[in-house]
Amino acid sequence: MSTNVLEVRKVSKSFHDPVTVPVLREVSLDVRRGEFVSITGKSGCGKSTLLYILSTMDTDYEGEVAIDGEATRGLPGSRLAEIRNEKIGFVFQFHYLLAEFSVLKNVMLPGLKLGRYSEEEVEHRAMERLRELDMHDHAMKSANQLSGGQKQRVAIARSLINDPLIIMGDEPTGNLDSRNSDIVFDIFKHIASQHRQSLLVVTHDNDFAARTDRTIVMDDGRVLS
Amino acid sequence: MKLLLSIAVTLLRAKLRQSIVAAVGVMFSITMFVTLLGFMNGLNDLLDGLILNRTPHIRLYNELQASPRQPIEYGTDSTTHAFIRSVKPKDELPRLRNATAIMDALEKDPRVLAVSPRLVAQVFFNVGTVDLNGQVNGIDVMQEIRYYKFADYLVAGDPQDLATGNNTIVLGKGLADMMEAGIGEVVQVTTATGERTMLRVSGIFQSGIADYDKVQCYANIKTVQKLLARPGSYYTDINVKLHDLLTAPALAKELSARFDVDALDVQTANAQFETGSDVRNIISYAVGMVLLIVAGFGIYNILNMMIYEKLDAIAILKATGFSGSDVRRIFLMLSMIIGVLGAVSGLLGGFAMQNVIDNIPFVTAALPTVKTFPIDYNPKYYIIAVTFALLTTWVAGWFPARKASQVDPVEIIRGK
Repeated sequence: MSTNVLEVRKVSKSFHDPVTVPVLREVSLDVRRGEFVSITGKSGCGKSTLLYILSTMDTDYEGEVAIDGEATRGLPGSRLAEIRNEKIGFVFQFHYLLAEFSVLKNVMLPGLKLGRYSEEEVEHRAMERLRELDMHDHAMKSANQLSGGQKQRVAIARSLINDPLIIMGDEPTGNLDSRNSDIVFDIFKHIASQHRQSLLVVTHDNDFAARTDRTIVMDDGRVLS
Repeated sequence: MKLLLSIAVTLLRAKLRQSIVAAVGVMFSITMFVTLLGFMNGLNDLLDGLILNRTPHIRLYNELQASPRQPIEYGTDSTTHAFIRSVKPKDELPRLRNATAIMDALEKDPRVLAVSPRLVAQVFFNVGTVDLNGQVNGIDVMQEIRYYKFADYLVAGDPQDLATGNNTIVLGKGLADMMEAGIGEVVQVTTATGERTMLRVSGIFQSGIADYDKVQCYANIKTVQKLLARPGSYYTDINVKLHDLLTAPALAKELSARFDVDALDVQTANAQFETGSDVRNIISYAVGMVLLIVAGFGIYNILNMMIYEKLDAIAILKATGFSGSDVRRIFLMLSMIIGVLGAVSGLLGGFAMQNVIDNIPFVTAALPTVKTFPIDYNPKYYIIAVTFALLTTWVAGWFPARKASQVDPVEIIRGK
């Protein structure tokens, strides 16, 4: 029944090294289907930490996180990997493409891992994603032959390959100039409105945040609004 | 699985030079391992063959020994005194009693490969005024050619000549040189009982053991019987060759008890050869294993370095849905690819090296039949080498692979 893609209930986390410092204090939030949500806040307010907990990559926390209705707490690493593969797309501040592979293969890898489609279909779908992002001319290039903005667009194409429920971004425009930032923002907006996929983007760019559907402001490990 | 393999191959190709170095390390050690063991065992076989080819697995004979019951013991009665006078030696010969019956029995035994009689006679060769000591072995020539490679040790002359000819002899090389006797010449032989016979030299024999060749000669068993003026059933030894060499000691005991003769098995007679072979084997295995372990460390190092360089890639693979065990498999495959490529090329290299050694001339007076270095092409060594190489690379890959699987992607991604 729930149209919430992501449900977060009272998530807390502390760093223990060298002294115990709480970074998240009972954070609760929901992300609905097709919603474009941004998280902002000062540096060190815990917004990135929260994102990595939601991404299932960080399992050291208290509270409950449910993705598509499935509580992720206590799941084995292999199941979490499956969830990441199938339901979550990632875009990082730094492109994080694999330099050994071609642009096309980079986009294809999560799709091949999922194994829902044959290799030819995955390749076809990857080309489609690249075309949507106007990167299809560069498909056969090696990843490090691209500019920063181009790499980020490829990374977005990769995050979309498995039609994930939610795309998470950690400062996806943090490393880009304003023109490329605008391009990325427009792509995200398009994804949310056209494909009904949710977006959860951590950013310290207030202009970027202001243009999203909803902005969650964090301070000192708490959600302010 | 196919996907993981293709990722492994791509990573490998990105680090082609290092991967080749690692594979060459494995290749080199396998090559050396195979070459070393092939060569060592070739030599072992050659040296063992030097003795074992010529030696029966069991030799039945009569040892001349003191009578177990001395004359004085015939009168051991505490109440009487015994006086013994003029005890004359009995003319007992080192012949095997009932030799024909023993041979018949042995030939029916399923464990026995071949039975051949011998008649050994001590003789003197008269060269001018000098008498040279010699031992003539009367042999069944056809049996000896077949089972003891007699023909291999003839450096001159035709063994058939010995088999068919009367009054012919094959001299040891050392003996022939001392007498300056060539093929077709006639030598004069005096037996221990003083009988003289002229024998024609039909061949020269070289066993590879110089002292042996200075004394030993061979003749047809009939010739020796005639020389000693003994009947046709007169044999001093029966040589037995078995199907399984290892059963010799047990069978020797059995035959000794059954026929009331002395029996000497090859293991007892030549214990030093087994020991020598074993020690050489242990050394070559040890060296080979060490080479492989060193190659394993090479793989371990290269994979470790690769993992440090590829932390980003590992993090991104994990973030996009590859699990820890997927990552571990990728790096294990990487290691195994290096291992398999190294092992296969190592086997080819080893085979090539064995061939090269096999063709290096190795001529020595001691070994008339050997023209090149000996090599044992036993596939056993190839199988051992591959098994151990794959095991080493698997272990060498496992630790770095486990480390890769435990990489925390958050740490890498946030650390940037």
